[in-house]
Amino acid sequence: MTTDVLGARIKRVEDPRFITGNGNYVDDIKMPSMAHMAILRSPYAHANIRSVDVAAARAMPGVVAVFVGADIPYNPLPMAWPAGGSAGIQNNVNTPRALATDSVKWTGEAVAAIVADTAAEAFDALDAIVVDYEPLPAVVDAEKAVAAGAPQLHENAPNNVVFEWSVGDKAGTDAAVDGAEVVVRQRIVNQRLIPNPMETRGDIGWYNPGTDEYTIWMSSQTPHIQRLLLAAFVMGVPEHKIRCISPDVGGAFGSKIFTYADYVLVLFASKQLGGRPVKWVESRRESYGSTIHGRDHITYLEIAGKRDGEVTGLRVKTLANLGGRLSTIGPGIPTTLYARVLSGCYKIPNVYAEVTGVYTNTTFVDAYRGAGRPEATYVIERAMDLFAAEIGMDRAEIRRRNFIAPDAFPYENPSGLGTASGGAKIYIDSGNYEPALDKALATVGYDSLAAKKAEAKARGKLLGLGLSTYIEVCGVAPSKWIGAVGEGWGAAMWESANIKMHLTGKTVVTVGTQPQGQGHETTYSQIISHELGIPMEDIVVQHSDTQGTPFGYGTYGSRTSSVGSTAAIKAAGKIREKARKMAAHMLEASVDDIEVDGANYFVKGSPDRVKTIQEIAFAIDLAFDPPEGMEPYLDETAYYDTPNCTWPFGTHIAVVEIDEETGVVELVRYVAVDDVGKKINPMIVDGQLHGGIAQGVGQALWEGAIYDDHGQLLTGSMLDYALPRASYFPNLELDETVTPSPVNPIGVKGVGEAGAIASTAAVANAVVDALSPLGIRHLDMPYTAQTVWRAIQGAKGGQA
Amino acid sequence: MSEHIAFVVNGAPRELEVEPRRLLVQALREDLDLTGTHVGCDTSQCGACTVHVDGRPIKSCTMLAVQADGSEIRTIEGLATGDVLHPMQNAFWEKHGLQCGFCTPGMIMTAVDLLDRNPDPTDDEIRHAIEGNFCRCTGYQNIVAAIRLAAETMRSGAAVSA
Repeated sequence: MTTDVLGARIKRVEDPRFITGNGNYVDDIKMPSMAHMAILRSPYAHANIRSVDVAAARAMPGVVAVFVGADIPYNPLPMAWPAGGSAGIQNNVNTPRALATDSVKWTGEAVAAIVADTAAEAFDALDAIVVDYEPLPAVVDAEKAVAAGAPQLHENAPNNVVFEWSVGDKAGTDAAVDGAEVVVRQRIVNQRLIPNPMETRGDIGWYNPGTDEYTIWMSSQTPHIQRLLLAAFVMGVPEHKIRCISPDVGGAFGSKIFTYADYVLVLFASKQLGGRPVKWVESRRESYGSTIHGRDHITYLEIAGKRDGEVTGLRVKTLANLGGRLSTIGPGIPTTLYARVLSGCYKIPNVYAEVTGVYTNTTFVDAYRGAGRPEATYVIERAMDLFAAEIGMDRAEIRRRNFIAPDAFPYENPSGLGTASGGAKIYIDSGNYEPALDKALATVGYDSLAAKKAEAKARGKLLGLGLSTYIEVCGVAPSKWIGAVGEGWGAAMWESANIKMHLTGKTVVTVGTQPQGQGHETTYSQIISHELGIPMEDIVVQHSDTQGTPFGYGTYGSRTSSVGSTAAIKAAGKIREKARKMAAHMLEASVDDIEVDGANYFVKGSPDRVKTIQEIAFAIDLAFDPPEGMEPYLDETAYYDTPNCTWPFGTHIAVVEIDEETGVVELVRYVAVDDVGKKINPMIVDGQLHGGIAQGVGQALWEGAIYDDHGQLLTGSMLDYALPRASYFPNLELDETVTPSPVNPIGVKGVGEAGAIASTAAVANAVVDALSPLGIRHLDMPYTAQTVWRAIQGAKGGQA
Repeated sequence: MSEHIAFVVNGAPRELEVEPRRLLVQALREDLDLTGTHVGCDTSQCGACTVHVDGRPIKSCTMLAVQADGSEIRTIEGLATGDVLHPMQNAFWEKHGLQCGFCTPGMIMTAVDLLDRNPDPTDDEIRHAIEGNFCRCTGYQNIVAAIRLAAETMRSGAAVSA
């Protein structure tokens, strides 16, 4: 028997390569005769392209090819998830081409590509391209973009509207809100963020003229999906003629889910060059302007209820800035993944939301860690605080008063989880919100908050405490539901795994999910070790290559631990069943009499009549003497389509101190009690929470992508965009409650996004709490010293 | 137009012909195939490219290869002694101080330098010492714990094997 490793703090099996400098990221790969590509990007946010003259660039040293938009014979990039779910939604779709042809819609849109012998020569030649632009007026703000007289981006999108979508019961919510005892209204902005994985994107395209096959190494979260989309929607190349490989991926946070122009360009270029591999690696500056951004909502919220604290209605109108053209699933984020969970962990009987997707002259916006759910959590958690302040109720108490009760699950919320077209529904599967709240309040010492504030005040500091009682949707998703909601997503969301136990007992697990730092090689190994009773060191987990792994939808939406793991467990179950049959044959017993204990398959009541799974694998893989009708080899594949999403929850509490003189905000304590169900590896869970919290805190306090009115990205480098540094954080205090998910056999829920979903609202509520003695009831993020100082000055009647 | 340079990299003498504009990180990664040193930005902010030059941590994207002529360079690949990991490498592994691994080599090189100068740093000193290295995955907490563990290990002089 091996020690059970499921649920243990096991050191990661992938780490030795990373701590010794032996990781293998795209830019680490060299190929014989490899050429290098550089991309010319628009300096204008909005312009017509009159002409592109590449003659001088072609003559530059080392240049082997120059391409402009008209050279690329392929379709525009796909938009795979239109806003859907109710009748009459029109999506005015405009997606990028590999290279722009007639016009550019944001600074950074690709206009031309140069391939040269070295990267330096390709970059040098960019300056020799002459583009004649006709600059046009730009608009970067969603609210201004839908106003009368705004510059128009696309002929097929009047008033720059991508879609107008709504969810929930309008009449019921109007009645509830308009007739309520108390209504609180607030405009809130969820600012635009830049994802910033430490590895920028990059790819190597290689066309093999001998086989007419394309291979691309890509820093992607979704190699299987990319093959499908490139083949079926963009290039028209048969799917089996494209191979996508994601080697080690240096972080992603959603930004590497999507189909990007450079994928098409490196493959096209390699074909044009007769099979010379072509590498492109994004500079950080390019990444800021050309890889997706996240968030960017302007929301008008109305929360209504009674003076006793019962919340009876939530009415929300959101403008979602989607950029100059649409990214792969841009419209899906502010609709399905946002508005359908706006009521959070609260039982609010009437919820109605209108979302308008908007084109602006900015980089496209798509999923960034949490994708819609941080925005929803920010709205509802700010709303609960605003409502509590209005009626003079304690902020913990109002949450407690409105929580969905523990006996109410499965719970169908009123903001539309159950209203997808075709009748597909999902439910909040489980929850028990008060224990997590109580634990967090006790840890932070909530009862002594007034004393803490007084003590801080004596030091010239305004102390504030903020609560965020969040839920999140993980484990996306039942195929029937996601297919229905998307109305055109046209894809499923199941996962896959194959297990092969070789003659020697060594075991290869191949999966369709795709890690970007989460430690999947460790967690899948823990699961298979547990399921088959074999040592972790006998297992290797392979992923990331469409050749050799079963189709999978990739890793995002905190789905691998619940959906992917369950596929692996199913495959292990098939292995066990076949091994039992083989054991029965080897032990001359009935299959029904074979019992399994870890790796041992023995005859019931006779533990000495036993075969180990390794012995069984040896016998069936050789197949000298199989039972009648049994195929050789322990080799099983399983596909798993989850019946529901999973629903982590918890309470995060931030404590901040604000220097009244300077406006500097310091995060002094952070307490998080999360319920992510059972844990495969608690060490990895903690790490995911730490990282997610840091990103969410980053949004609240420092981060923000800023465009000027001409569409120039002012925060266009790491010098200008304030990423969190180590010295900005206190030690994060984590705790847990454990409510296993009933959806999957190990009761896991997923944890990749929880930290980022909860933490922004916790810090925002803390900052507003700190400023509340000055009469401030809301302030938009990020809470830089300048923003906070101005707010303080304004509140005191000074010069803001 | 190229310059001849000679330096010692991870204990081995190396000579290169480089363009004057070639960055040290490019020479290491592309000419010497030492791809453990990474490039994460273009403004000397992220620290993923940190190596030691003559015993001091340097962002190798901010130094020309010709400036490293005659110097002694240590990269992440030169940190372990044979199969025996440096205590800092081991501590990052032990404490889950990395997720995607991209910032890790630079972070480890910066942390090794910190302990060279200050064998018993406080958490606050650790957090300030690694301010020039971005990590987007870990929230830094387990990196701080790893550096603390490495400090304890190195002070106790215990040999840690891989």
